[in-house]
Amino acid sequence: MNTKLQNSTHTEMSWKKRSKIIFDRLGMLIVLLLLIGIMSIFAPSFTDPGNIMNILKQSSITAILAAGMTVVILTGGIDLSVGSILALSGVVSVMLSNAGVPVPVAMAAGVAVGYAAGAINGYFTAVPKLPAFIVTLGSMTYVRGLAYVITGGYPVVLISENFKFIGAGYFLGVPTPVYVMTIVYIIMFIVLKYTLFGRHIYAVGGNEEASRLTGIKVERTLIHAYSISGLLAGLAGVVMASRLYSGQPMVGVASELDAIAAVILGGTSFVGGRGRIQGTIIGVFIIAVLTNGMTLLNVDYYWQQVVMGVVIILAVLLDRIRRT
Amino acid sequence: MGGNIEFQKKKRKDYQSKTISPILTMDSINKSFTNVQVLKNVNIELFKGEVHALMGENGAGKSTLMKIMAGIHQPDADSGKTIYKGAEVNWNNPMEARNKGISVIHQEISLSPNLSIGENILMGTKFKKNKFGLVKWNDIFEKADHVLKSIGSTLNPKVNVSTLSVAQQQMVEIARALSLNSEILIMDEPSASLTDKEILKLFGIIDELKQKGVAIVYISHRMDEIFQISNRFTVLRDGEWITTGHISETSPANLVKHMVGRELVDLFTKKSEVTKIRSKEEIPVLELKGISDKNTVRNVSLKIHEGEIVGLAGLVGAGRTELIRTIFGLSELKEGQIILNGEKVNINSPVEAIKLGIAHVPESRKEQGLMANLSVKENILMNRLPTYRKFKLLQKKLMDKEADRYINELGVRAASKEQNIMGLSGGNQQKVVIAKWLSINPKVLLLDEPTRGVDVGAKTEIHKIICNLAERGLAVLMISSELPEVLAVSDRILVMHEGELKADLSKEEATQEKIMYHATGEINQ
Repeated sequence: MNTKLQNSTHTEMSWKKRSKIIFDRLGMLIVLLLLIGIMSIFAPSFTDPGNIMNILKQSSITAILAAGMTVVILTGGIDLSVGSILALSGVVSVMLSNAGVPVPVAMAAGVAVGYAAGAINGYFTAVPKLPAFIVTLGSMTYVRGLAYVITGGYPVVLISENFKFIGAGYFLGVPTPVYVMTIVYIIMFIVLKYTLFGRHIYAVGGNEEASRLTGIKVERTLIHAYSISGLLAGLAGVVMASRLYSGQPMVGVASELDAIAAVILGGTSFVGGRGRIQGTIIGVFIIAVLTNGMTLLNVDYYWQQVVMGVVIILAVLLDRIRRT
Repeated sequence: MGGNIEFQKKKRKDYQSKTISPILTMDSINKSFTNVQVLKNVNIELFKGEVHALMGENGAGKSTLMKIMAGIHQPDADSGKTIYKGAEVNWNNPMEARNKGISVIHQEISLSPNLSIGENILMGTKFKKNKFGLVKWNDIFEKADHVLKSIGSTLNPKVNVSTLSVAQQQMVEIARALSLNSEILIMDEPSASLTDKEILKLFGIIDELKQKGVAIVYISHRMDEIFQISNRFTVLRDGEWITTGHISETSPANLVKHMVGRELVDLFTKKSEVTKIRSKEEIPVLELKGISDKNTVRNVSLKIHEGEIVGLAGLVGAGRTELIRTIFGLSELKEGQIILNGEKVNINSPVEAIKLGIAHVPESRKEQGLMANLSVKENILMNRLPTYRKFKLLQKKLMDKEADRYINELGVRAASKEQNIMGLSGGNQQKVVIAKWLSINPKVLLLDEPTRGVDVGAKTEIHKIICNLAERGLAVLMISSELPEVLAVSDRILVMHEGELKADLSKEEATQEKIMYHATGEINQ
């Protein structure tokens, strides 16, 4: 029923149905706008350009992780290893740069490490068909372990000034990570909507058996999905290292959970096959605005966590209600 | 149908007068699932100590009737009464029926593999507790052992079910049913997975149960078994009661006649004059030489020529789906050769099959055919997406045009091509699945129950589509459990029974009776 309503565009519709469709499409955007409205009333400094930039900058790392996470969750999987990949990639790129490797090469190497870790996740999920949760739980542990091994557990301070631009620099008054995030989302939007791979992600996530019978190379699609998640985690790691002026093996602990929360808030279905990258970025901003606003309103940090948890459950509940 | 009811009543009266009162009487049972009526005024009577064979084609309503008898389904409100041991009963759930003595042994084994035999047998009863309030294991194993011994089984009740063979598991199922002191035991295809020796043992047990006065409902597709062990039979067809009688007063041929007896009305019929002449000289498009898979399919050889529609008939479990899956590279080929246009090919995956021009419309539309989350358009074009790319990007305009073309060609009725596929009727969904395959220009089309769950109108349209495709030169292999459909659409009909091809009938010689005869393995007519 619901799907019928959403899609029959040229039939007469009552105002009620129309508003339902609008809410279906824009639900979380409305929530985000409401939140922004509330925050700007109660916390006047919320709308300061500086604060806005701050929100954007802070959410960029989670946003990049969440973009990759969206792809994986669309296939019906999960990637718990992105926080660890972020740490390893950051450490690797900083160490290479410090060893005299040109900055772009060092950064590319960091991203490549992420890609490789993701491809390994994908292989074990797709070919021997191990549960994604288990595979990425394992890699979450071993990847972080590797980051500790190669650094001996200590942060590696960045020497090159050029390296700092991508995470800590500004371009036309806007922090560079915001550009990175924007580019990632534009590319991912196009990939998911207008490429073969993107449509195969939806097909496999929606019905793996039917996809296989249709001749889609399901294994390859899955491996690519996890590889992309790993690659973007690697990119996030490089940006993070640049922002912190150092490669830190302990960075990004539990950031995979923020990414997952953003994807879910953005309306992507956990069983796969349904969701949009636009939703994910809205989910990221909802979390960022909520955190930032609560801090401005002097809400106790521990209470902020309580609120965040409740919001996530409510968001999913809302999603369930509006779809039934 | 009015006259038919009169006839039914008369027959039942005749029968009743000969006997003592039945232990269970079900009178004009109706059952509908979401507006589809699957049982219409069905009657059945069971007597103590009899084996009652319940016969009928796939989808005749046997399982539904049994499920109502066992309380798994509830009959519709306008049904007649169910009288059990002299009182009217209305089961609300299977537990009620089981506690009162009606047990089912399901076709699929329903044991918990990681629990012991003893636990499985006594599952659903209250376990005795020891003085600490914990489970008293000895009691469970003793009771289970007692039941097992009573059916002549030497299985150790402490052993995990997962270590047992299928036949042994079947024994556990029977023991479980008997542990409840059942007075009615329903056996749904109990012999399907047993070897001949094990079947003999099963019959021994059934004989003993008969002596004890248990009434047994026996569902089986194997004619020889039915005649070996049953006393009486009831035949259902298309959800209706057809006849009841003593097995000694009938014959396999007679039973088959009752089971099929459907009229061939309103079905689109293929004209196959042209193809017949051609097919003698040409190399077949698809040829199978003695192929077997790991489990079911045994030594199947067949040829399909250009433009030919070959129907593949048989009962559920005969290995038809498995055969098609083997051709499509979904299950492993153990022996034999697949030859396409005179060339031997190796097919290890659907991807390879598709490259060779083989299309496959699977048995279960929802689980295997459709991407429920995507639009009509994307479902149609999914196979061909790579061809709509320009600089790696999919071209929306081109895709829209192509989708419209297929929607028009196959007459898919949808509000819009952007509509979600699940909003379509079953028939239109099936057209979409077929359209998906046309886009690869296949040479061979494998259809597995192409009109299951499709209304009559759409059925005819799908038949027309299939025939049009054959006229364009496709070789079509169509599985169907609906005999009228097989007879109407096919040029030739193959019948499978227990993994083997039993018959190759031309359109002229094939009749429902003949097909059913071969399908039930009754070859020496």
